[in-house]
Parts: sequence; C-alpha cells; structure tokens
Amino acid sequence: MNAADLLPLLRGLTWTVALTAGAFFIGAVLGVPLLAARRSRLWLLRFMAMSVIQIVRAIPPILWLFIIFFGLGMGVMPISPFNAALMGLGLIAAANLAEIYRGAVASIHFGQWEAAAALDLGRWSTFRDIVAPQAFRVALPSAASYLIGLMKETAVASTIGVAELAYQGNQLSQLTFRGLEVFALVGLFYVLLSLPISWLSRVADGYLRAKVAR
Amino acid sequence: MFPTQDEISAWLPDLLGGLSISLQVTAFSLLIGIPLGLLLALGVLARSRWLQVISLFLVEIGRGAPALVLLQFIYFGLPTTGLTLGSFSAAIIALAWNTGAYTSEIIRASLQSVAHGQREAAEALGLNRFDELRYVLLPQGLRVALPALLGFSILIFQGTSLCFTIALPELVSRAYEIGSTTFRYFPALLAAGVLYAAISIPAALLVSHVEKRAGLYAQR
Repeated sequence: MNAADLLPLLRGLTWTVALTAGAFFIGAVLGVPLLAARRSRLWLLRFMAMSVIQIVRAIPPILWLFIIFFGLGMGVMPISPFNAALMGLGLIAAANLAEIYRGAVASIHFGQWEAAAALDLGRWSTFRDIVAPQAFRVALPSAASYLIGLMKETAVASTIGVAELAYQGNQLSQLTFRGLEVFALVGLFYVLLSLPISWLSRVADGYLRAKVAR
Repeated sequence: MFPTQDEISAWLPDLLGGLSISLQVTAFSLLIGIPLGLLLALGVLARSRWLQVISLFLVEIGRGAPALVLLQFIYFGLPTTGLTLGSFSAAIIALAWNTGAYTSEIIRASLQSVAHGQREAAEALGLNRFDELRYVLLPQGLRVALPALLGFSILIFQGTSLCFTIALPELVSRAYEIGSTTFRYFPALLAAGVLYAAISIPAALLVSHVEKRAGLYAQR
C-alpha cells in the first residue's frame, strides 16, 4: 500500500463527514417538532409522536436505507444513493435526538415552569426563553456522543453505494488484496474523526458550565 | 405498495428463517460478549499496567470503529493472514467484540457505582479479591447495569442486520433477495421491518419497565 492508495480513503472521508453533518442537521431540526408533539396536550398527537419514534428506532438503519433506496427508489421515484442515505439517517437522527431533547427538557426543574407561569409568560416564550437555553446545556453531551454514534452509523451507507469511507475501504481491499491493513486503517480513520467531536463537546460543555457557575 | 396475502404466506417461511439466524447471532454474541465485557472491565480496573493497556486497546477499537468495519475486518481482512472464517462465526466474533467493548464500559461504571464502604467492609472481613467481586460487587453492580445491558442487547439484535454485507442469510439478506427476484422490493423490505419491530418494540417497552423498577430500587 502506498500514498496513492490513501487518496480514495481521503475522498471517502469527505463523504462520511458530509453525510454525518447533513443527517445530524436534519435530525436536529426535525427533532424539535417531534419533541413538541411528544409534549403536546393532545393525547393523540403525543401517541403519534411516540409511535413514530418507537418505529423509527425499532428498525435497523441498514433496512431503512434499503426501504428508501430500493423500496421507494425502484417503486415510487428514483433517488440517488447519497440522498437516500441522507433521508434514512436523518430520519433516525430525528427520532433519537427528539428523545435526547425530551430527556433534557424533563430534567429542567418544575419550578422554572411555575416561575414562568407566575411571570405570565406564554407557553411558547417559556419554552424559548426559560427552558430551552437550560435544556440545551443538558442535551449537549448526549447529543455529542450521539453525533459520534451517527458518524459510525454512516458506514451502512456503503451498502447502497455511497462512496464514503467504508465503501472506499472495501474497494481498496479488493484491489490490493490487503484487507487487514486497509480495514485497520479505515477503523483508525473513524476513531480519528470522533476525537475532534468529543474535544469540541468538552470545550463547549466547560464554557457553558462556566457561564452558569457562581 | 403492501404485500398481498399470497405474498405473505409465500415469503414468511423464508423471512422467519432469516429472523431465526439473526436471533442466533444475537444470542451467541451476547453470550460471549457480556462475559468478555466483564473481563475487559476488570482488566481496565486491574492494577497491572499491561492488563490495563491491552484491555483499553481492545475496548477503544471495539467502540471506536463502526461495527460494519469490524465485521469486514474479520471477514475480509483476516483471510489475508491465512485465517479464513465462515460468515456465521465471523459475525459472532465481530459482534461479540463490539458487545464486549460497549458492555465493559457499562459494567465498569456499575462496579464503580457500588458504595466505597462495601469494598472496605469486604476487605475488613478478609475476603480475597475474587470473593469480594463474587459476593459483594457483582450482585450490587449488575443490578445497576441490567437496564443498560438489556438496552444494548436490542441494539445488537439490530446490529445483526449488518451481516448482510458478509453474505450471512439473515433477515435483511432474505428480504433483499426476495426483492431482487420478484422486484417487489418495498413490500419485502417492509415485511422484514415489521418483523424487526415486532421484536424490538416489545423489548424496548420491557427495558423501560425494568428501568423504572431499577429506579424504584435505587430510591429506597
């Protein structure tokens, strides 16, 4: 294996990063309405949100990607591998992040809601100005470790032909017949990718903690 | 869009056969992986520097690399050293490694959650290290670890779907095969999804029930 062999792996790395960032963004945005539905006053909405979250989490990621790429792609409308992976992983991220948000909101002391009610703040501004900033701090470490998990999950996108890290590793090992080194290197790349995420999360956590420390 | 009655009866034996392989891989991975996790946890907590380094290395690789890459490393990578494994054994080794790495962290945290006075009391009673573990730390620690271990078991069950990539005829492979021969991808994959959900959702509800009970115990 020489330096030229590394190039496809580095190209794969950028796709892995793009897929991870895209899916996390979709999940972080879609997670908010799911959280709102999960905490709604209407039981039907609560039940529906809970069912969606449970069903999304009950089916393995690889099967979601197949359902979207082969199921919808062949039957309803053609879809590119990358978009299918983005949709599938974004959906899974939304369900998981909604649960993380829910846990964070539930950890906010009930007195905060009562105090907001005493100040005559509406339900929305209570959430936006009082609860969400505090919950954000609580959710950050779990969201960061979920981001690392999601980054590793993107490896399943190789099965539908997204040219990310695991896919490139697979190709390279077939080309060079040196599977051991190639897959070890691919594994190392995933570990290296997770380091800056956990470092950033620690820095952000320390910063946010310092802001409320008295 | 949805499978017809005839299709369901035609596909079901095949899909259930796949599900049974998925469940077997899950069971073996957990049976090997959880004791491995205990050993790795003890290794990380051990006084010997060497044991610590080796255990940490195995844990960090098992947790840091995606399960898919572990699987391919063992199935496609090891044969280059002359060691060829069948897809079933490669699947179990990779998933057991993954299980061991994750559960070692769960078990380590739960052993450390046992009050320090318990260890001191065990020492005061003159228990040796093994008896201290067997009679004092494990019974209390594992109770804390149980909900997390059960939750992880569901993830490993879903993780068996990755064995599609090493040509193990488990549930996803069977559904994909039906899809590619009949060109009815969506209904076939949907049927597999329903089977996964039929096991994962009751299991998840059970885990949250156990979690609540364990929480009640901790409050007392």
